[in-house]
Amino acid sequence: MTGRDAAIREQDLQAYVDGRASGERQAEIEAYLAQYPDVRERVALEQRQRATLRGQLGGKLAEPIPSRLWIANIQAARRQRLTRRLALAAAGLVLFVVGAGAGWIGANRMETASAKATPATTAVAANASAAYRTFVVEVAHPVEVDARHEAHLLQWLSRRLGKPLVAPDLARFGYRLMGGRLLPSDRGAAAQLMYDDPVGKRLTVYVRAAQGSETAFRFRHEGETSTFAWIDQGFGFAVTGSVSRDELLPIAEAVYHGLNGGQTGVKKD
Amino acid sequence: MADIANLLEQQIPALRRYAYALLRDHERADDLVQDTLERALSRWTLRRPDGDLRAWLFTIQRNLYVSRWRQDRRRETPVALEDAVLTGVPARQETALEVHDVLAALDQLPEEQKSLLLLVGVEDFSYDEAARILGMPIGTVMSRLSRARQRLRSIVETGRTTLLRRVK
Repeated sequence: MTGRDAAIREQDLQAYVDGRASGERQAEIEAYLAQYPDVRERVALEQRQRATLRGQLGGKLAEPIPSRLWIANIQAARRQRLTRRLALAAAGLVLFVVGAGAGWIGANRMETASAKATPATTAVAANASAAYRTFVVEVAHPVEVDARHEAHLLQWLSRRLGKPLVAPDLARFGYRLMGGRLLPSDRGAAAQLMYDDPVGKRLTVYVRAAQGSETAFRFRHEGETSTFAWIDQGFGFAVTGSVSRDELLPIAEAVYHGLNGGQTGVKKD
Repeated sequence: MADIANLLEQQIPALRRYAYALLRDHERADDLVQDTLERALSRWTLRRPDGDLRAWLFTIQRNLYVSRWRQDRRRETPVALEDAVLTGVPARQETALEVHDVLAALDQLPEEQKSLLLLVGVEDFSYDEAARILGMPIGTVMSRLSRARQRLRSIVETGRTTLLRRVK
């Protein structure tokens, strides 16, 4: 055993520095160090540094424990935080319940109101208005497909809506087609055609599938935005613009009549 | 409860010593210890009942230091520079440095080597325990320990070179 372990390795020296070499091994290491003064000096320096470090930090060990580290104080602070968190959680739960209740009551009232106002047309108007507000402010990409590719645009939108579409001609109101885009809606795909006039005022025609037989125009006013919406043969239509009701009405009528005359709006097949 | 408090409080002086050696700032060292104790209390039931409490606490504190505190310290460049200047004394004062300021020289080592020297050389953890606290194999502990002591010696011998490397 002595023969095999005789070679002194670096880890033996480290153990020696730390005073962790076993008695037998320690004697061997000391014999080795006696033979090699360079190594002995190095080990001695490491021992001194070790002792110095302990000495430098000795004062810290002797310091009394400051009150903020007393376990009783830390535990008290923890309990306080826990109580506060539970209180907050409870408050949050109450808010949630109130919110859910209010939402339920609100939903009920909405349903009653929209039932009176023919929900399908109202929903189309709301969708069209939201889409208008989203994209009319868009500077970089107001439309997905430009009016230069009108044929492609209408073919594409027609296919996605499942109904042949033409772009109503609104030139006599000073509006020209900019282009259009496909939008999601709760009734499948929706199409939005965007027009602008020479001063950059924008107007949209919105089309999506809709149930209902009411062909009467529904007017919706939201902030600066006016919308006329109606339902015809399984589709909902809406004309939206930042104009007054009186200004928008003839445009909406033109889109509607154009549709019936086969001149604008949805082609009859 | 009083039992837990008693067990933990016995370890606080050593935890403060280790924290101070890492941070070299009494207030911030106590912040670190407080963090350690809070975490220990919140995980008290998760600790292995047969495990060594002292090693467990040092593991928590070292991990906290590595994950949060070290970054804070790196931002405090003025403090680090000051330490470096203190260490970078002329060659003829080497003996003085050797005797008085191993703690400052220690500051120039990477955290892992620093922690290793503190855990083994000051806190008297066994090599096995140090390996577990630092999350490294025992063989690595032995080779890193040797390298750390070698660097500590060379810092004392060539304080200026190290100073330059540290300041970059």
